[in-house]
Order: sequence, then C-alpha cells, then structure tokens
Amino acid sequence: MEALTNLINGMSLGSVYAIIALGYTMVYGIAKMLNFAHGDVIMVGAYICFCSVSYLGLPALAGVALSVVGCTLLGIIVERLAYKPLRNAPSLNVLITAIGVSYFLQNAALIIMGSDPKSFSSIISLPALNLFDGKLTISATAVLTIFACVVIMVALTMFTGKTKMGKAMRACSEDRDAAQLMGINVNSTISMVFAIGSGLAAIAGVLMCLAYPTLMPTTGSMPGIKAFTAAVLGGIGSIPGAALGGVLLGIIEIFARAYISTQLADAVVFGVLIVILLIRPAGLLGKPVNEKV
Amino acid sequence: MGIKLLKPQTRSTIITYAIVIGAFLAVTVLDGVGLISNSLSGQLVPICAYVSLAVSLNLVVGVSGELSLGHAGFMSVGAFTGVVVAGCLARMGVENELLLFAGSAIVGAGAAGIIGFLVGIPVMRLRGDYLAIVTLAFGEIIKNLLNILYVGVDDAGLHFSMTDSASLGMTKGTILINGPKGAVGIDKISTFVLGILLVLITVAVVLNLMHSRDGRAIMAVRDNRIAAESVGINTTKYRLMAFTVASALAGAAGVLYAMNYSTIVPSQFDFNQSILILVYVVLGGMGNISGSIISAAFLTVLPEVLRPINNYRMLLYAIVLILVMVVPHTKIYQRIAEAVRSRFSKDGGAASQSAPAETGGEAHE
Amino acid sequence: MSKFTDFAARRRESTKMVPVPSVSIMPERDLGKAPALECLHLGIDFGGLKAVDDFNITVGRTEICGLIGPNGAGKTTVFNLLTKVYQPTRGTIMVDGHDTAGLDPARVNRLGVARTFQNIRLFNTLTVEENVAVGLHNQHHCGMATSILRLPHHWKSETYYHERALELLDIFDMSGLADHEAGSLPYGAQRRLEIVRALATNPKLLLLDEPAAGMNPSETAELMENIVKIRDQFQIAIMLIEHDMNLVMNICEGICVLNFGKIIAKGTPEEIQQNDAVIEAYLGKQKEADA
Repeated sequence: MEALTNLINGMSLGSVYAIIALGYTMVYGIAKMLNFAHGDVIMVGAYICFCSVSYLGLPALAGVALSVVGCTLLGIIVERLAYKPLRNAPSLNVLITAIGVSYFLQNAALIIMGSDPKSFSSIISLPALNLFDGKLTISATAVLTIFACVVIMVALTMFTGKTKMGKAMRACSEDRDAAQLMGINVNSTISMVFAIGSGLAAIAGVLMCLAYPTLMPTTGSMPGIKAFTAAVLGGIGSIPGAALGGVLLGIIEIFARAYISTQLADAVVFGVLIVILLIRPAGLLGKPVNEKV
Repeated sequence: MGIKLLKPQTRSTIITYAIVIGAFLAVTVLDGVGLISNSLSGQLVPICAYVSLAVSLNLVVGVSGELSLGHAGFMSVGAFTGVVVAGCLARMGVENELLLFAGSAIVGAGAAGIIGFLVGIPVMRLRGDYLAIVTLAFGEIIKNLLNILYVGVDDAGLHFSMTDSASLGMTKGTILINGPKGAVGIDKISTFVLGILLVLITVAVVLNLMHSRDGRAIMAVRDNRIAAESVGINTTKYRLMAFTVASALAGAAGVLYAMNYSTIVPSQFDFNQSILILVYVVLGGMGNISGSIISAAFLTVLPEVLRPINNYRMLLYAIVLILVMVVPHTKIYQRIAEAVRSRFSKDGGAASQSAPAETGGEAHE
Repeated sequence: MSKFTDFAARRRESTKMVPVPSVSIMPERDLGKAPALECLHLGIDFGGLKAVDDFNITVGRTEICGLIGPNGAGKTTVFNLLTKVYQPTRGTIMVDGHDTAGLDPARVNRLGVARTFQNIRLFNTLTVEENVAVGLHNQHHCGMATSILRLPHHWKSETYYHERALELLDIFDMSGLADHEAGSLPYGAQRRLEIVRALATNPKLLLLDEPAAGMNPSETAELMENIVKIRDQFQIAIMLIEHDMNLVMNICEGICVLNFGKIIAKGTPEEIQQNDAVIEAYLGKQKEADA
C-alpha cells in the first residue's frame, strides 16, 4: 500500500513536471531556445493566485483564473521585449537573456513579496481521501493534479493536431522559414506558444503549491530545472515526450526519496537522465537528427 | 618592432597578459594609497577566482564550442579536495602558507581534472543542448554527493563517511567536511597575489593550449566536426581534452575561492553558480580570453558597487544583463552603429587599419 | 624532411609505377602493390531504399577516376561510404590493401583517404594557414603538456607546421592568403583551400566532391591543370565527382557512371561517351539540353 501511495504521489509530482515541461518543450520546438525563465513563471503564477485569494479575497478558482491570465500576459510580454529581438542571434545570447529574465522575475518577486515564505495551505487546502478503510490515503491534490495533467495533454494534442493555429505551430517548429513562405505569421505563432506555455506554467505553479505549500521567490527554479530535465528525457520538442518524461521523473524522484535517500533523490533523478540519454541520445521520444554531409 | 606589426594572435596574447598584470599593479598602487574600500578588497580574491573560472569555462564553451552548465561542480570538487588537503598538510605540521596553498591547489586541480575526465567520457557522446543538460545533471549530482560527504582527519589518517559525522569514528580528530554544513574552520590563506598568480597560470594554460597543435584541433572540431574527422582528428579526444583541462583549472580556482572563506557549503556550488560563470563567458565573447577576464571582474564588482541600493541591485543586474544581450540586436542600435561606422570609415585609412585588431572582440559591450 | 616532394620521392622509389596516364578503371596494373582503392559489393540502405548497391570499383595508385551520374544517383553517398561518414550496410572497402571495416572517418583518413566536400566545410574561424596545419595534424606530433609548457619541441613543431603549410599552399599560389580567415575567402579560394587541407593529410587517395562547382571556365581550366599536377607530384590516386563533362572527359583516365545507386557503366572517357546506357541515362539528356 505504501508503494501505491508513493506511486500516486510520484504521478502527481510528475504531472506537475509534465505541465511545466510542456512549456519548455513547445518553446524549444518552435524557438529552438532553452527558456530558463520558464521555472520562474511558475513562481509568479503561484504568487498571483496567493495574492488574489489572500489579499483580494477572491475565491480560489478565480485566483487560478487570474494567475493563468497574468502569466499568459507575462509570457507574451517577455517574449516581445526580450526574446523577439534575438530571433537571429546566437543561441547562447538567447540563453543568457533568459537567465537575465529569470533573475529579474526572482528579484522583482523578492522586492514585492519579501523573502519570507508564504504558506499556500492557508488559502487553499484540499482534504485527503481515505480508501480501503484508511489503508490507503491519497490527497485530493494528487488526484486533481493528475486529472489536470491528463486534461491538458488531451486538449493540447487536439489543439496541435486539429486546429489551424496548432498546425501553424507544428509547421513553424519543423521549418520556420518555409512556414513563413507559406504565409504563416511566425511571430504571432511564437507569441502564441509562449502564451500557452506560460498559462500552463501558472496552473502548474498553483498545483505544485497545493502539494508543497511553501512559496518563495526561488520556488520555481528547482522544479523548472527538473521539468527541463523531464523535457529532455522525453525528447525535447516532443509534446508526448514531455508528458512521459515528466511523469517518469516524478515517480523516480518520489521512489528515490522513499527508498534510497532524501538527500540523494535529485542525484538519482539526474543519474537516470544521464543513463537514458546515453542509451537514447535524443531522449525517449525524440527523433535523432543527422547532419547532412 | 611596433605592436601593430605582430600577428593578431601574438598581439592579443600580449594584451591579455598586460590586462592581468596592469590590473594587479593598479590595485596594488591604489591599495597602497588607501583608495580600495574594505568591501572591495574583500572581493579581490573572489574576483581572481571568477576570472580563472570564466577563462577555463571559455575553453569549453568558446574554444571547444560545447555548452557546459556544470562548471561549478568541478569548482566544488577542487574546493573541497583543497580543504581536505590543507587540513591534512596542516596536521602534518606544514605551516608555510604558500606550500599549503600550492599543495591544495595542485591536488584540487588534479581531483577536479580526474572527475572532469570521468564525467566527460559519457558527456562527449552527446551533442548540443543534450550535452548541456547532462553537464547540468552532473553538476547537481556532484553537489548532492558532497552534501552527504563527511571527512575527518586524526592521527590515524583520513576518515570518510556518507552518513554522518559521528560515524567517522574519530576520537581526537578534526572534522574537515561536515555534510550539508560544508567545510568549516578553513585556514584563510588565499591572497590577492596568489589569486593573480593563479589567473596568470590559467590564462597561460588556456592560451598556450589554444595556440598549439592540440588547440587548433579543438577549434577545428568546433568549427566543423565532420571536416575535422575527415582530416584524421579524433573529435571525441579533443572535446574531452578541452573539458578535462577546463575542469582541472576550475578545480584550482575552487581551491582559491574556498581558502578565502572560513566556511563553504556544497549548496554554494549549484546550478546558479555555473550559470553565473557562463554569463561572464558569453558577455566577454566566445573564445575571447581577455573578454572573459574583463567581464568576470566587472560583473563580480558590479553588485558590490550597487550595494547602496541593496534591495534593487540584483534587479538592476538582471536588467543590465538583458539589455547587454538585447540592445545590440535592436534596429535602433544597429542603425546608430552603422552611422558611427560610416563616420569613421570616412576619416580615412586610420580606422580601417585598426579594424583587424578587433577580431574576436566584437562581444565587448 | 620538410620538402613536400619527399613523400612522392619515397613512394616513387618503392613502387614500380606504371607510366601516367594509366588506362582505366581496370584491375591494378602495378602488380607488386595493392590498388589505392578497392570496393566489393558496397551498398547502403536508407530505410529500405537501396541508396547505393553492388558498387564495385578498383582505383589504381596514380589514377584519376571520375564518378559521374545524374543528380541523386548516389555519388556523394559513395564518398560518404568511402570515408565512413556513413557505415556501409554491405560490402568491403579496401584502402591500400587494408580493410576499413569498423573504422571511423578519422581512422580512414589516417589509412590514406582524404576528401573535400560538396558544400564547403572549412574551419571558418581559423586562418588559412591554421586550416592546413590542422590537416597536418597526424603528420607531426606534439603533446599537450609540451605545448602548454612551451618546451623546445613545441616551437620546432610550430615551425614545421608553418613551413609545410606554406609549401602546400604554394601549390595553388595561396601562401599570400595564409593569415586570412578561411571563412572570409572567396568561393573559389575556399574550394582550393579544401584541396590543400586534404593534401596535407598525406593521402593515398584524394576524393574531390564537385571541385569545379561555382568556378568560371578559366578557373576550371586552372583547376584541371592543378589536379593533374597534384597527381604527378604526389603520385596519388584521385577520384572526383563532377558535373563539368569537359573536366571529367579531359583529365580522367577512368570513369564510372552511377544511376539510381548502381554502376551502369565503367571505362575510358571514349568508351563512356559511346555507351548507350550512359547516353540514355545521362549524357542523352545533356545533349538534348545543349541542342
């Protein structure tokens, strides 16, 4: 039973990673950039939700909606101001800019919200579910998180597969110049991807803070890196890969924490990443790219 | 023989050494007349450490062309090894600080080099962003392992443990590394002179390597891997060589850094630290050694200078970082730069003659 | 030691060379020695498609051999197989009598195969001289520690690389460009530099992938002279892919025609010009277009 609880917790944590990883992978797919500021968007989303509930007294769902809107706008603004001018710059310059944005968001949050951790459980807390006469305890948060992840995955798959915008997105990640020649507005497509990714990050931020209720300006950075790892693990650029990588990583992390060592859990997670990349250098679902000679 | 008659390569080498020695002399003179503030003089050793780190990382990122996000990991291997070596040497009765430092730095560099080599073997099978994420992963793994490492020394020798300090089984020994609490009670033997010496050694190693048979092979692999293979170059060997040498140099810089504080903890050497060093390299220019030196020194001092606006300084730092990267790519900047350039070329031959001197320095902002 | 003619001189002494030009892609006539290149049933599949199949060829030690065929016939794929950029699915490649099975491109180069690329691949940020020095990498050794410590041997090596690189660049009168960045050279010069860099590796077989592409007629004429000059001076075999029929027919002693990954004809230029299969597959179209 303990293993089952761990599995569910792992899937729940993994679902959060998967939702964040979607943002990484979509942005990488279309803009070929590692958006290191993505993790901090999570933190911003969680803060917006926290503030709107505890200071404005809005209901929790309204807080979530507000944080999604806020982060979507943030994503678009950041893309326009910081990344768009660098569309044809060396990828390392874009990387450093993303890091600058990350520092900026963290320090802005530090100035506005202070360094003391905010307790998320004070605003939203969900009950734990007892099953099998109390032998199995599952938090409602875990169920909600997994459910949210599934819904998002299905919606996103339908969006990229069926809608015109989704097809434009796929075309842009395949070949940006060719897509432009076919009349696709590349700039607005890229903005769209940043908007979706950041909106998802807001949801991930709220879900994560439900499970791990301490909110600080640096809250987003480690989950951000883990989600990035998950995206690479699944094959960066691949949407199902991000989901698979995220869930796998979450389960590995929880099991490592439970059965190996709390302190070494991260080391195990990264170790698994290394082993998988050595076996499949383009990630689990990634396509290896061969250079044409 | 005027400096303009020299080959560009030789000229940039001379300029690089001149910057380091000039900075050393300037600081010494200013310190002599009391113009260096306390907070700044406390930063002198870290500046040297960061300059060495930036120069060594440039060997990987700029010269070899591989994005490494785990440089702080190798720095920490050097730092903690150095602390242990210094602890042992001190217990053996070595009191000469220069000897203590040299011993720690050499062993620290060696240990970091070995770890770098071992990490490099799997890492070099990958390319591009996949390689970057694996270096990040290794950096985090090293940090995690140091977090559970306990090392003590007593008369019987060194004791290691991976659980807690009690299980070291020492009676009258000193704990050198205490898990997440890190290394405590370090002899603060790093000095500015030692720092400058280390910078000079690092610069010499990197520049001498760059301008040699092996360095050309490393740069050839960076420029065109397939062509390099076609002329008989073992690409893995040379990527690994750059990675290993850079790791060893980072280890030495880690020793310098550690010996400047009485306490260091593993969590100092995390992903953010690696990123910080990477920022210096990118800002200074890929493969541009003097650029790395200047940007590392400047960006280490900047937060100190901004200390009066304490709360906002990191925010400002972030804004500066973004602007430096973004502004040169904006249309307005390009138009101004174009206007300035055409103004200068109208002035005649003087400007165009000095143009080749700027090769590789375009990332100076 | 540092005269580039030395390689050739040494080889001339040790080999009873058939007077150039030798006749065609026929079995090696220099019976005392293995041919420069021998391929047996060479083939590669790309996802079920036989990109190259049953490719058999023997190239004599001082032969200039042309590999022609319509676009997409698999010519560059053959070069990629010979240099092990692609691992063959089937067949054997013998270079100078050594089987290259399981070797990587770098090892194949050390066995004596050097090449140029259709889409030029220079070390763009290095100077012209450094590009050639990289080609000389395996001709002279100098360890990392020696270089870092700037021991006397390092300086001797640097002198070697410098002098030898300039000698090689002189083949194409390029020593004046030694300090220029390779990426900033004009197109024709980049093509020539690629040949020099390949020659620097002291090959037994030089593969040229469309050496005249993008050159004007006078540059092409000069290139033709130089290709023959290189063969005579270095006593090496040269295999070239080229669409310029004038070049191919004039300097190649043997020609091999590829279509859909298969050899459809082999022989002397005269034989190829009269081969019906070739005319149909390739020259026929060309003639119509010319007419």
